[in-house]
Amino acid sequence: MEKKTPLYPIHEALGGKIVSFGGYLMPVQYPSGVIAEHMAVRERAGLFDVSHMAELTLEGPGALEYLQYLVTADLSKMTDGQVKYAMLCNEDGGIVDDLVICRRGEGRYLLVVNAGNHEKDAAWVESHLFGDVQYRDISDEVGQLALQGPASAAILRKLCAAEDIPEKYYHFTDNATLHLKDRDITALISQTGYTGEFGYEIYCKAADTADLWNTLLDAGKDEGLIPCGLGARDTLRLEASMPLYGHELTDEISPKEAGLPCKLDGKNFLGRDAILARGTPSIRRVGLKAVGRGILREHCDIYDKAGKQIGHTTSGTYCPYLGESVAMGYLDIGEIEEGKPLEVDIRGRRVDAVLIPLPFYKIQR
Amino acid sequence: MNFPAELKYTQTHEWVKMLDDTTALVGISDFAQDELGDLVFINLPVVGDSVAQGAALCDVESVKAVSDVISPVTGEVAEINEALLDAPETLNQDPYGAWIAKVSNITGTEELMDAAAYESFTKEA
Repeated sequence: MEKKTPLYPIHEALGGKIVSFGGYLMPVQYPSGVIAEHMAVRERAGLFDVSHMAELTLEGPGALEYLQYLVTADLSKMTDGQVKYAMLCNEDGGIVDDLVICRRGEGRYLLVVNAGNHEKDAAWVESHLFGDVQYRDISDEVGQLALQGPASAAILRKLCAAEDIPEKYYHFTDNATLHLKDRDITALISQTGYTGEFGYEIYCKAADTADLWNTLLDAGKDEGLIPCGLGARDTLRLEASMPLYGHELTDEISPKEAGLPCKLDGKNFLGRDAILARGTPSIRRVGLKAVGRGILREHCDIYDKAGKQIGHTTSGTYCPYLGESVAMGYLDIGEIEEGKPLEVDIRGRRVDAVLIPLPFYKIQR
Repeated sequence: MNFPAELKYTQTHEWVKMLDDTTALVGISDFAQDELGDLVFINLPVVGDSVAQGAALCDVESVKAVSDVISPVTGEVAEINEALLDAPETLNQDPYGAWIAKVSNITGTEELMDAAAYESFTKEA
């Protein structure tokens, strides 16, 4: 039985096409369509309901020590108001999930994990607990919206004083006051996102999510803010070459193969020995684009021009902003060479492609 | 939502226009293009291909997904609408004008619905 976010009736009222994702009924697009929603984020602003994501807290004098053991990143130099991206790894060095970690204060951390891995991650974090630390799953108490695009700052400023808005990427403000139509609410606002665009992710009380959504949509009218669904969320993150769990990241792929940072020297974390034991990766995450006629998709075999299979794709689509089809995948490490001509098997048809550097799209920050 | 009266329709949301007893134009319905969303690619069949009723004629792609267009008839592809290659969005804008293929030497047809029956069918979907 799928769950619903607090915004489900709003998505229906807006004409959202509802699909099942990560155990939730979510809008894949609104009547505007995936392409218009994707372009809105690149050119103006888009608003996403991401309340399906899960939030876990770790608090106590032993929280940092436990987290240092649990994740790939070094959190020891984090300051209050800072966000870090990291992964949970298993004993074989494979990735359990990727996540962001917000340091709210000394010994106070908020973890945000993928909706599809909620139960797995909650069990993982709870089962490995040691030391003087309290774990809580607060997902049902929290709503989350993502406001993404060049106009996001101007829109948010209509609800919020400048000092309540994070100025730096991968930083957040806690207990920010947002002025809704007939009351004020508090929220955590982080300058983060999954689109490759400037923007914010806002964490509020679940009961406040609907009013916040409506106030933001209203406030963003002049800037051309529109609601955006999971379809655009996927094309945007792929265009920005951001990995997605279940595609580029799995429990068999190590952070090194995925080309993601992990602090192998200086701290011991769960999975580190296995990652080191794997040695130099034999495969690596790469980017490619279609040169011939066709749209690259996931699970397509990749061949070199001599007809040898050298890899496979993990995500692929047509990217509206770039105006072409791109994919991410894994290639045998000896075959990786920028500009390498490839052939991709798309449902039985070989389409010409070429290896290109990641990221496909990046803004100046 | 449009359901032109002079066409026939399938349960898989294709439309058929019989030009004579053994020749027909095939396309996707307004309901289909609305369900599929913005179409960004079409893999047209090849002239001369044999097609079988109930089997895939070709496929169309939205940003998110690939969908088969099911042939309502058994026959041979006589012509394809190449204009769709560079402008797949025409399928969304003008689904009944944007025919996909002309099939000739038709020897069999799926059970087809008239416009009224198809409209009821889409409401139950």
